[in-house]
Amino acid sequence: MIVYLLCLVLFCLGLYCILRKRNIIKIIVGVMIAEYAVNLFFILTGYRMRGRSPIFSPDVDITNMVDPLPQALVLTAIVIGLATTALLVAIAMRIYEKYGTFDITKIRELRG
Amino acid sequence: MIDLYVLLIFMIIGAIIAIEVKDLLSSVVAVGAVGLGLVVALLILKAPDVAITQLVVEILCLIILIRATLKKDLPFSTSGRWVLNSVITIGFIAVFLLAAWKCLRELPEFGYPTMKVASTYLKEGFSETGATNLVGSVILDYRAYDTLGEATILFAAVIGVLAIVRRIGRIKRGEIVEEDDE
Amino acid sequence: MSKEDEKGMSLIVKTITRLTVGLILLYGLYIVFHGHGSPGGGFTGGVIIALSFIHLMLAYGKEVAFRKLSEAAASFFVSLGAILFLAIALLGFTGGYFFLNFIPKGEPFRLFSAGIIPLCDIAIGLIVGAGLFAIFVALVSLKLEPERKE
Repeated sequence: MIVYLLCLVLFCLGLYCILRKRNIIKIIVGVMIAEYAVNLFFILTGYRMRGRSPIFSPDVDITNMVDPLPQALVLTAIVIGLATTALLVAIAMRIYEKYGTFDITKIRELRG
Repeated sequence: MIDLYVLLIFMIIGAIIAIEVKDLLSSVVAVGAVGLGLVVALLILKAPDVAITQLVVEILCLIILIRATLKKDLPFSTSGRWVLNSVITIGFIAVFLLAAWKCLRELPEFGYPTMKVASTYLKEGFSETGATNLVGSVILDYRAYDTLGEATILFAAVIGVLAIVRRIGRIKRGEIVEEDDE
Repeated sequence: MSKEDEKGMSLIVKTITRLTVGLILLYGLYIVFHGHGSPGGGFTGGVIIALSFIHLMLAYGKEVAFRKLSEAAASFFVSLGAILFLAIALLGFTGGYFFLNFIPKGEPFRLFSAGIIPLCDIAIGLIVGAGLFAIFVALVSLKLEPERKE
C-alpha cells in the first residue's frame, strides 16, 4: 500500500509541474514524470510476491509468474509516449521560433 | 521490498530537483536520472521487456530534449504563476489524492493480484501461440488490435512532427500568391 | 577521412562510433528477430535500430547518415511497415478472423516458431525504427533562431 502511495506522490509532482510552471520545457518535463508514474503504477498492480518474469525456460518448470497483461500494455505505451514527447518538443520549438520565448504567459497573441 | 522503497524515494527526490532547479539542462538531466531509476525498479518488479524498452526510450528522449534546450541562453523563468493558479493547483491535487485514496482501498494488496484474465494466458498461452515470451504473445496475438491502434498513433505522430517542422510550401514575404478563394 | 568530414565531433568520438555502430545495429536486429523467445520485440528493437543511425548522425554529421539511410527511404520504410502489419492482419481472414495465427507454430525455443509473431515483430520494428529516425532528422534540421523580422 505504501508503494502505491509513493507512486501517487510521484504523479502529483508531475501534475504540479504541469499546472504551475511557466516554461514550456518544464511542462514537458512534468508530462514525462507523470507518464513514468502511471507506467510504474501499472507494473506495480501486476506484481506477484516472489514471482518470476513471464518467460518460459526450456528446462525449468516455472509456476509463479507475474501478470503479463500490464507489462504488455505498458510496453506499447512507453514508445507512444516517446513519439508524443517528440511532437510536444516540435511544437515548443516552433513556438520559440515564432515568439522568441519559452514563457507561456508572454505568448498572448497565439493565433496560429 | 526495501530496495523498491529506496528506489521510489530516489525517484521522488530526482523529480523534485527536476521541477525546482533553475537551469533547464540540469532539469532535463534530472529527469534522465528519474527514468533510469524507473528502469531498475522495473527490473526488480520482474518486467525485463519493459525495462529494456524504458532504457532505450529514455536515452532517445534525453537526446531530443537536450537538442531542444541546449543551444541558447534562455531566460530562467521558473517562478510560478498567479495566485489563483496556485489555489487551483493545490485544490486539484487534493481532490485527486482523496479520490485515489478511496480507490486504493478497493485494490487487492500489493503482491497478491487477482489475475482473472492472466491466469488463462499463463495456462494456455504457450500451447496456443507457441511463443515462449508471454508478453510478446499477449502483444501480438491475444491483443493485436491494441498494437494496431498503437502503431496507428505512432504513424500519426510521425506525420504530425514532419508536418509541423517542414518548411516547404511556406509563403515567402512579398511574393504574389494566387489562391482560389473558397 | 578526416579531411572530408569536418562537420562532426572529434576524432575520438568518430573512431569509437566506427567501432560500435555496427554492434548496436546487430543487437537491435537480434532483439527484433528473437522477440518471441526472449525479452524484447518490435518496439524495443526498433528504438535500438533508430539509435544506431542517430549515433552515426551525431558523430559524423548529417550527410554520412543520409548516405546510409536517406530521409525518403525512412518515409518509405515507415509506410512499408504499416502496410506489412495490416497485410498480416488481413491475411488472417484466410482462416477465419482478423489477426489469426495462421502459420503453423513450429517447435518452441527456435527462431522460426510461434506463427505470425516474428513477422509482426519485423513490421513493428520497421515502423518504430524508421519513424523515430525521421522524427529525429526533422527535429535536428529545424534551426532554432527566433524570427523577429518586423
